[in-house]
Amino acid sequence: MLHEARHGDVRHEGLAPGPMKGEARRRAAESIRANLLGLLLVAPALAIALALFAYPLLFSIASAVTVEGTLSVANFTKAFEFYDRDILFTFVIIGVSTALIGLVSVAIGGYLVLGENRTAIAVLGWLYRWPLFVPFIVAAQCMRTFLAKNGLMNNSFVALGLVDIDATQSLLDWRGIIITFVWKQTPFVALMVAGAMAALDRATIEAARNLGASRLRILVEIVVPQIRPTLVVGLILSFVTMLSVLSVPLMVSGGTPTMLTVDMAYRINAFGDYGVANALGLISYLMTGAVAWIYLRETMREKGRK
Amino acid sequence: MTVVRALGWLPRGILLGLLAFAVFGPLASLLLWSFAEAWYFPHKLPSQWGFRFWEHVFRPTGRAMEALGVSISIALLTVVTCLAISVPAGLALARGRLPWRPLIMLVFLLPQAFPSLPIYINIARIFYEFGLNGTVAGVVLVHTLHGLVYAVWITTAAFAAVDAELEQAARNLGASALRTFFTVTLPLAAPGIVASAIFVFLESLDEFTGSYFVGAPEVTTLPLLMFTASMAGNYQISSITALILLVPSIVFMLVVERFLKPDVLAKVGA
Repeated sequence: MLHEARHGDVRHEGLAPGPMKGEARRRAAESIRANLLGLLLVAPALAIALALFAYPLLFSIASAVTVEGTLSVANFTKAFEFYDRDILFTFVIIGVSTALIGLVSVAIGGYLVLGENRTAIAVLGWLYRWPLFVPFIVAAQCMRTFLAKNGLMNNSFVALGLVDIDATQSLLDWRGIIITFVWKQTPFVALMVAGAMAALDRATIEAARNLGASRLRILVEIVVPQIRPTLVVGLILSFVTMLSVLSVPLMVSGGTPTMLTVDMAYRINAFGDYGVANALGLISYLMTGAVAWIYLRETMREKGRK
Repeated sequence: MTVVRALGWLPRGILLGLLAFAVFGPLASLLLWSFAEAWYFPHKLPSQWGFRFWEHVFRPTGRAMEALGVSISIALLTVVTCLAISVPAGLALARGRLPWRPLIMLVFLLPQAFPSLPIYINIARIFYEFGLNGTVAGVVLVHTLHGLVYAVWITTAAFAAVDAELEQAARNLGASALRTFFTVTLPLAAPGIVASAIFVFLESLDEFTGSYFVGAPEVTTLPLLMFTASMAGNYQISSITALILLVPSIVFMLVVERFLKPDVLAKVGA
């Protein structure tokens, strides 16, 4: 994929007149000039990315593995001692959210591609993407009132006679965090998945249907394996995004255990303790790294099979 | 026959209804709270409606209007900074014979592949040394980093979607490289660049975590104000400010396809 943009260059070289000695030297000089110009154009953006991302990243790693200038694991010992439950909690919450996002996205994409009722498909396609660009902090505020004990959700259930008014309970805890994440991130993954599914070759699907396969079976055995790379990329991006969100755990669930982002903010605001905060940060990088590694291993194995 | 068809709609209808409730319920809750002057248990809906809190928020001297002004200024400055550096970068990445191009593209992808909060707390610590903490410039820089990933990838795709032969034709007719860029390349890439500008604007307008660590308490953006109001239990104020943040997002969701055309989307990451 990375080579596509270079087609133009190759073509121009093909159009150029035959190689001559002087001409070749002129062209070499021109090529160096083009290289320099390109680098010059990229330089400001690169500088920002290095100064505001690479440098703070190295800074955070250095701060995590040192105490007063010497290498030490003290920050990690303390991080595990105080926050071992939160580390597990974060991993489980985000893991469950990611799995649910994947399931709902595949269901939505699957119905959009395999559904037989045009009206229902149109309604679904219009409906599912509303939360797409809703900021996390706004989603958190919505859920803070919607999922409360006397929030709109419980009130609606009571009004419909589904739940007794005394039996309502607040979902503003770990369940609320998962609901908010799924609500906010599903449209993004579903949009990617639905796009990939729509681009599939219909022939195999039609063939399977003619042979009498059920739509669920077609979805699971034919459609999903083909769009798997898109699904995995969408889920990894969501995983990383959710791992960085501070507003949702703060606003939706006040209690403990809580997520690592809240712990990091607390270490800094309350104690100015960058060592432990960065150790927790490094642990969240490692979670991302583990997920990315699983993905790379998957794609390698896929390639090996082909 | 009609009875059978109506029955066939039953499971579909129930599922779509549940989905509609799940999608719009939380948004409806926000809307109701913004007009609720009183909403106590056991009332299922607000018992008193009105615009009292809207007047409170939109008072010209109110903190919300000030925060909105700050947020919009920061977002506009972020767009200008981001485009000023990402348009040349996108052009070089799409057209130039750039050495180490895959590596450079990777550098612009990495910030998206790492959890951003630990990065922000260290940026805040570094900015403190330079006196950038608690300043608009500091917040703009953090938002620029956040928006840069989208801006570089989308502008690169926008330039890559412009047919290089059109540029070659202009050059053959005697136009200078600069003139070709401004009269051929830039106008053709404009919709993609506008899309990336809108994207960066929205991301900056809605950004919370970076502003929280770098800007607060000196610089109060709308999301920070909303957060403070919500944590203090002022649900009406926080719901109204949330609605102000929500409107541009919904509008963008509805028009995004007009700017991000499939030919540009197909080139993202290429």
